[in-house]
Amino acid sequence: MSSDAAVPRAKSTGLHQGEAAPGCAKVDPILVADGVRRTFGGMTAVDVEHVEIPRGAITALIGPNGAGKTTFFNLLTGFDTPDAGTWSFEGRSLAGVPAYKVARMGLVRTFQLTKALGLLTVLENMKLGATGQRGERFFPSLLPSIWRGQDDSIEERAHELLARFKLDTKAADYAASLSGGQRKLLEMARALMSEPKLVMLDEPMAGVNPALTQSLLDHILGLKDQGMTVLFVEHDMHMVRHIADWVVVMAEGKIVAEGDPSSVMADPAVIDAYLGAHQDVDLGVVTGRVAGTSPQQADAVRDQIEAEALEELEQEENR
Amino acid sequence: MRSTTRLGWPAAHRALALLLLALGMLALLGPVQASAAEDDPYKIAGNVQFEGEAIEGVTITVDGPGGAQVVETGPDGRWNVGVPEAAEYTVTLDVDTLPEGVTLDDPEDDSPETKEVTPNVPFAPKAVNFFIGEGDRESTAFGAQLAQRLVQGVNFGLMLGLAAVGLSLVYGTTGISNFAHGEMVTFGAVMALWIGGTAFIGASLWIALPAAILISGLFGLLMDVVIWRPLRHRSVGVVQLMIVSIGLSLAIRYLFQYFIGGGTEQLPGSSPERIDIVGPIRMTKVDLISMGIAIAVIVAFALWLLYSRLGKATRAISDNPGLAAASGIDVDFVVRVVWVVAAALAGLAGILYAYYRPGIKWDMGTQVLLLMFAAVTLGGLGTAFGALIGALIIGIIVETSSLFIPADLRFASALAILIIILLVRPQGILGRRERIG
Amino acid sequence: MDWSQILNQSASSIISTTTIAYALAAVGLGVHFGQAGLLNMGVAGFMAVGAYGYAISILSFGFPWWLAALTALFASVVFALILGIPTLRLRGDYLAIVTIAAAEVLRLLLLTVAFDDVTGSADGLFGFSGSFQDSNPFPDGEYGFGPWQFNETTLWPVVVGVFLLALSVLLVWALMRSPWGRVLRGIREDEDAVRALGKNVFAYKMQALVLGGVIIAAGGIVYTLGSNASPGVYVTSLTFFVYTIVLLGGAATIFGPVLGSVLFWVLQYFLSNLMPALVDAGVLPFMTANQAGMVRFILVGVGLMLLVVFMPQGIMGNKKEMTFVK
Repeated sequence: MSSDAAVPRAKSTGLHQGEAAPGCAKVDPILVADGVRRTFGGMTAVDVEHVEIPRGAITALIGPNGAGKTTFFNLLTGFDTPDAGTWSFEGRSLAGVPAYKVARMGLVRTFQLTKALGLLTVLENMKLGATGQRGERFFPSLLPSIWRGQDDSIEERAHELLARFKLDTKAADYAASLSGGQRKLLEMARALMSEPKLVMLDEPMAGVNPALTQSLLDHILGLKDQGMTVLFVEHDMHMVRHIADWVVVMAEGKIVAEGDPSSVMADPAVIDAYLGAHQDVDLGVVTGRVAGTSPQQADAVRDQIEAEALEELEQEENR
Repeated sequence: MRSTTRLGWPAAHRALALLLLALGMLALLGPVQASAAEDDPYKIAGNVQFEGEAIEGVTITVDGPGGAQVVETGPDGRWNVGVPEAAEYTVTLDVDTLPEGVTLDDPEDDSPETKEVTPNVPFAPKAVNFFIGEGDRESTAFGAQLAQRLVQGVNFGLMLGLAAVGLSLVYGTTGISNFAHGEMVTFGAVMALWIGGTAFIGASLWIALPAAILISGLFGLLMDVVIWRPLRHRSVGVVQLMIVSIGLSLAIRYLFQYFIGGGTEQLPGSSPERIDIVGPIRMTKVDLISMGIAIAVIVAFALWLLYSRLGKATRAISDNPGLAAASGIDVDFVVRVVWVVAAALAGLAGILYAYYRPGIKWDMGTQVLLLMFAAVTLGGLGTAFGALIGALIIGIIVETSSLFIPADLRFASALAILIIILLVRPQGILGRRERIG
Repeated sequence: MDWSQILNQSASSIISTTTIAYALAAVGLGVHFGQAGLLNMGVAGFMAVGAYGYAISILSFGFPWWLAALTALFASVVFALILGIPTLRLRGDYLAIVTIAAAEVLRLLLLTVAFDDVTGSADGLFGFSGSFQDSNPFPDGEYGFGPWQFNETTLWPVVVGVFLLALSVLLVWALMRSPWGRVLRGIREDEDAVRALGKNVFAYKMQALVLGGVIIAAGGIVYTLGSNASPGVYVTSLTFFVYTIVLLGGAATIFGPVLGSVLFWVLQYFLSNLMPALVDAGVLPFMTANQAGMVRFILVGVGLMLLVVFMPQGIMGNKKEMTFVK
């Protein structure tokens, strides 16, 4: 998979109907939200009139700090309850559905601050991701004969996925011993154990060592290759430009623009709403994929972006 | 727990009781004079006391062979009557003549106001004892009782509030659910005892009480220097910190018992005498002074929190420690100040509580620790003013609930209401919903 | 000073109903606190439900002892559900506040004179071990060796206690090695992550609360089997002692709580015999015999502080393995 990574993949096109505008209809939406609003003590964090997420594509949700992206994620996945609105996944309403049931329906998410279960081993983390385990029920768990076989096959699948994510050598280690980027990989791999239809990634690149960014990007593209839909939140415009098929822009809780990456990023409304840093730097420079930049140059840019990202992350954490 | 003998009681009820008493006497006087006399060979006697204090003017009726006799207890609480025969007599205590807040209380007996006795040795008085306990009789007008209880509740609530705001500030700025806060309350009382107690240094209260509060503050400083600051710098988790505070609470509590023993010690100046305030409300001077001090200190504290630089910094850290640190607030210093202020307020609350209970006991702080937690939770975890409101509510619930349920369940009622409120509004009264998820 | 008596007394506490009862409570709390990360501060309440549920079933309803024990365990299930339903959806400290408050409310209800007929108020309940001793299979006589000496009446509760303890440890072991235990430990680490993986976190926490609660209540039953039920036992300090035991042995381990209980009680008996003896021998001239009796409680507090800071994983735990709920 990584051998062809340097070759830009074909982006999915023809995802929408009519003009690409906020709330435009998609040919085959997997997730639809209508009038979703969430206020925190008088302050409106999210106020989305209408949005559809196209199936089988990689959609990026971008926007400045405090635009309500993570809150919107939490609302869609049942981790928070909106004040108003309806939203559905594959035509089934998700209103009032608890988070764990949302996950069982095939909508799995990751978190901005990685939630690797530190004091479980990497393998245990993976096995936890599998759904429908007989041994996870109280009384059957007392009789190993009921769940042993299933557990073995889950373990086999976990090892396969770990190998794909190059974590196979870490299987017996505590997840706490992994680096930040490895934890992101683990979290993504763990989410795949449940064989989801839609994977929602909250800032998959935040706090990741630049050496791992390429691998992470490849894995995200790999999800699409396997027929999954991806929706991800990202600050880094260049990553978005690089892998997203469709971009949804949020600012102050509202959807302000939608479209394919190149046209959205030329949209003055977007530039106005989202004065993200380093828009002038192509991601290729950072990852060293674009020819003609010296490794030193790439390192310098990368260090700068890293430092700023870390600072941002710290602020987020402290909040 | 509260055990003052409430000797005074409202004039209106005294009149009513006297009227009833007079009616009773009229009905009984005739036969008494006819057949019983001082030189009757057999004696029945008793001593009406409540917690060691004599109760005067309680009406006792002795009925049996020779007719019924009515006597009142003397200033020493004693009474005796002579009866002519070695036969069974029924002794009845008129509950309405007991002072307010005191009633007959014998769990073994369905009718504690009557006793059957048979005097059998001539001239050796047959003793009859009634079990007198704390409690309320329905005979006192409900409204008057409620008013009295409400005022007492406010008094207790203010005192609880003094301690609870410190607990809440500490929680807000450090995340510690400090189980040793009860011991900080006891500490103030014990210091006041050691400095002002006649059996110890015996300094005047004007010196002893401020000194005790000062030493309490220093105690807070000491705890921060020795325990909390080092743990902060090891970035120990909040649950670990909570368990550390539990260990600290156990250690200090048993140290108190080590030094002052298991008994109850009194602070000087504690007096049960009550004066009329308004209508049926009567309070002791100490209650009044206590409320005054509590209100003054709480107002001063609120002004400090709202307007001083340190107070603002404290609130900023409670709201968002990371942001506060980023905006140049010296978090370590502010937290240290919070520990000192919290400990001094707790010390003051301990002194007031020692007068309120009354008495100083090694575990007095632990007894109110859960009420403080209840106050803080009720008001909204980590909000200083919420803790005050919570404390007033808890104080009033504790005092008024004994009008409806047995007095020994009043703390339980406050905790039960805490649990119920958490179900309905888990963020507390002033808390923000976002804080709980 | 009689060293042999002091050591004998200390050693005898290794096998006593008190040690076994606390070990059961600690195993239960280990499930709550060590495995599921639930801050149950109402250990005393669960034990009281066990003890009084047992005693009241016999005295008020005339149940045979085994049915009384089952009734008490059922009562602890109900107690756990009442505490868990409102709090397990909220942040961890709410469970702590509600459990500690509920345990205290329960204690005050047992103490009040209002229900004296049923609870015996301050005197507690006694005289209910008849049915238990009637079922005693051991013939009259002396049993044991060395410091561990029993007669048939003191042996029977110890045997039942050891059986219950072994059963509980086995149950917890079987559960924690299964996928169910994996989910539970995941919840301890981060419940949102587990929720995002499609697990019904609330149900797991509730199952853990009930399981641990039943084991703690079994501790309460063992504590009262051969003796009486007294409200003075079930104070918040009891909860804190059980926490000390759990942290001493290792909260996230299966057998640690049992080891913790044995060590705790051996130390307690050792100090409670040693300190007054030292005072008698004139070694501690600044201390009275009463004060000498306090020292061990002060040490429990100091020990708890040191344990949680410097050895949070406990004796049997792996340093990397023990964590605390956030």
